[in-house]
Amino acid sequence: MKKFFSDLYKKANTGIWPIVIALAFMVVGAVSVYQSPRSLTAFLILMATPMILYFMKMDMKVKVFIGLMLIIVILPVLGIRNIFYLEVIFQMAVFAALALGLNIVIGMAGLLDLGYVAFYAVGAYTWAIFGSKQLSLLHSIPGAAPADAPFALAPQWFWLFLFLGVGLAAMMGILLGLPVLRLRGDYLAIVTLGFGEVIRVLALNLDKPINLTNGPQGITPIQRPPLPPEGILQFLRTILTPIVGHPPTDAEFYNVMFYFIALIIIGIVILVATRLEDSRIGRAWTAIREDETAAIAMGVPLVKMKLAAFAAGASFAGAMGALYAANRTFVSPETFSFQVSIGVLTMVILGGLGSIPGVIFGASAVVLLNIQILQNFSLYLSDLRQSDKIIPIINFAWKDLSNQLDPAKYQKLVFGLILILMMIFRPSGLIPAERRQRELGEDKIEEE
Amino acid sequence: MKQIAENPVYKFFLFPIGQIIVFSLGASLVLSLITVLLAYIFKFNVTDFDLVERTLLILPQVVINGLTIGFVYSTIALGYTMVYGVLEFINFSHSEIFMVGGIVGIQLMAYFEHIGVLSTMNEYLVIGLAIILAMAISGGLAVTVERVAYKPLRGAPRLVPLISAIGMSFFLQDFVRLILSLTTGEFNVILPKFGTFDEFWVIAIPAMANPLRIQIKSAIMVGVTIFMLVLLNFLVNGTKVGKAIRAVAQDRSSASLMGINVNQIISITFLIGGALGGAAGVLFALKATKLDPFSGFFPGLKAFTAAVLGGIGNLTGALLGGLVLGLLEAFSASYLGIFTNGAFGAEYKDIFAFAILIAVLIFRPSGLLGETVGQKA
Repeated sequence: MKKFFSDLYKKANTGIWPIVIALAFMVVGAVSVYQSPRSLTAFLILMATPMILYFMKMDMKVKVFIGLMLIIVILPVLGIRNIFYLEVIFQMAVFAALALGLNIVIGMAGLLDLGYVAFYAVGAYTWAIFGSKQLSLLHSIPGAAPADAPFALAPQWFWLFLFLGVGLAAMMGILLGLPVLRLRGDYLAIVTLGFGEVIRVLALNLDKPINLTNGPQGITPIQRPPLPPEGILQFLRTILTPIVGHPPTDAEFYNVMFYFIALIIIGIVILVATRLEDSRIGRAWTAIREDETAAIAMGVPLVKMKLAAFAAGASFAGAMGALYAANRTFVSPETFSFQVSIGVLTMVILGGLGSIPGVIFGASAVVLLNIQILQNFSLYLSDLRQSDKIIPIINFAWKDLSNQLDPAKYQKLVFGLILILMMIFRPSGLIPAERRQRELGEDKIEEE
Repeated sequence: MKQIAENPVYKFFLFPIGQIIVFSLGASLVLSLITVLLAYIFKFNVTDFDLVERTLLILPQVVINGLTIGFVYSTIALGYTMVYGVLEFINFSHSEIFMVGGIVGIQLMAYFEHIGVLSTMNEYLVIGLAIILAMAISGGLAVTVERVAYKPLRGAPRLVPLISAIGMSFFLQDFVRLILSLTTGEFNVILPKFGTFDEFWVIAIPAMANPLRIQIKSAIMVGVTIFMLVLLNFLVNGTKVGKAIRAVAQDRSSASLMGINVNQIISITFLIGGALGGAAGVLFALKATKLDPFSGFFPGLKAFTAAVLGGIGNLTGALLGGLVLGLLEAFSASYLGIFTNGAFGAEYKDIFAFAILIAVLIFRPSGLLGETVGQKA
């Protein structure tokens, strides 16, 4: 039986077949998502396309072409048709970028950073404070803001603040890193965790003596960067109206624009990460990760290299933070809880430490799990609760199931389980990094 | 002199108690002096009242509060430091084991209330039973956690068990929430009212304007923790098991060569640490009166800070670190607002703990009492 499948896979993996399969998945997925927008299966079929592209053998150019088709044309169009998917793909993009950033710190340099969300918060609050009315409200009490306060800056400034967010977050990374990167790995974990909480507590309490963050209520409204010129929008409207069934609104255009900004940032992260990995710095990181003492002995400037990893990871989080603040037009301290740090960590671990495709897969999988699979499961349970069904053998009526059992609220449980199970059964992740794969292969030989 | 030092009564009873008293008095005294000094410095900042006088007025009360919470931190910190001593890894889920202890204790009291015997029972017996049950369950849970999530990872790179421990911490938080909300429909557990613990012993001190008010709860907390610390000291330094624990902490492979069952000793270490955490949980619950599955996180983090502050792996250090941290927290909560004229308040006390952690790790990574340890590969 197993042989039959492996033969089948081999046959499917030659010649033109992979392209056919990938296209088939993409088309079937796209059409079924188009037809039944709430269906989870349809979306999963569509999302299987990138996996097929990644795993099966085909010409690189074809791979890239199909992949770009999917993320640049099909996903946004489906997103405009059903606004829910726009949210899904935007979150996937944001978390993929965050996970890629964290991957530089944990996966490449081997530094466990549990306060990654702090840099995200720094980026978000940077644009939130300057891109909202907050600057003119510095001396007013939270909640009692005058309605006619002016915005401090024009929306165009967002582009500058995207870079400022990067710079500030990198600077925070260096400032935090300078003292603590001399420490051993597990101390670093705790200190970064503490730092993450410090940033959150500061955001929560810096509404006095001057009202910088507006306290627990958060800052709103935050301006969004301006849309492309009206001419382009008009053109897009005329094309998209027949396809999606309604003329796209400005809100949808905004979301698509944010999705593309996130994609561009991901592109930059991937570019930087791959280039770094093969560079002198990347090799130094690997050396530090594998054996610190040996790395020092070989003349790797330890603290400097660790700082570089920390700053690189932090800077991407800063950029995503600014983007997130603009997308939501709202930031509050609760967005930046410890749970987010662990969520991003879970994505990195699930996909595979140090593996760029793995981390993107991990981020997509965890986001899907969070906002679709668990939600659907919750809906399913509440449907069962309404019905008269009973579980046969133990004679348990679904009606009696506690209302508290809402899987969508148990993300921590899921994150925890993923972390434990991955560490025990597959520490190198679902799509391991090539280098790790080689290492694990060698291990097996040694064992024999 | 040597004979006295070897005398078991002195070694296992008088010496540790003396140590605890010296530590608590010393730490209180040093911090009080610093605070009074700061009061003189910040005097210009406050014009409505005399800052020094106000500082001195509430000082004894602040010290008592600090010591009370400090002893609880010490007890939790012992769990971290023991596991670190033996396995060289941060048992992240210890804060949840502590939380489970507290919730189990409260649930037992709530059960007594439910069957209507709470008001007729001796209140100290109730607390004693709650502590014993919490110790048993937390200890068992700690051993289970070790078996399930850490044991398969022994020998893996350092970060692997640490990540597993973080996962376990998250898992336990939501798992406890799941169980609580399925059984009671509510995941906050509230301490039932009973006994006379909320009352105060009022001690008038002639030289001071205000009499000293000690809540009975605080006295119980301090008393029970001191009892447990002495017991632990005896267990670690006076028994064969303790000797084995110390041997494993020093060198695992040599200990194993000497015929010590290392796995068993590691389990016992988790059992002891977990039991201490469970007891601390009940005591903490007495003070907090309300717990939820997430309320272990911050005390756990602070207890870890305390363990690092004292020198991780060092039992005496954990005691001292816990006391210092508890006092620092009480001082910062009470005085930060007064000194800065309301600009910063008690909400920054959590930050204070982390600031201390970072400062300690920078200037004295081995902690107050720890020896410098090289990095073990």
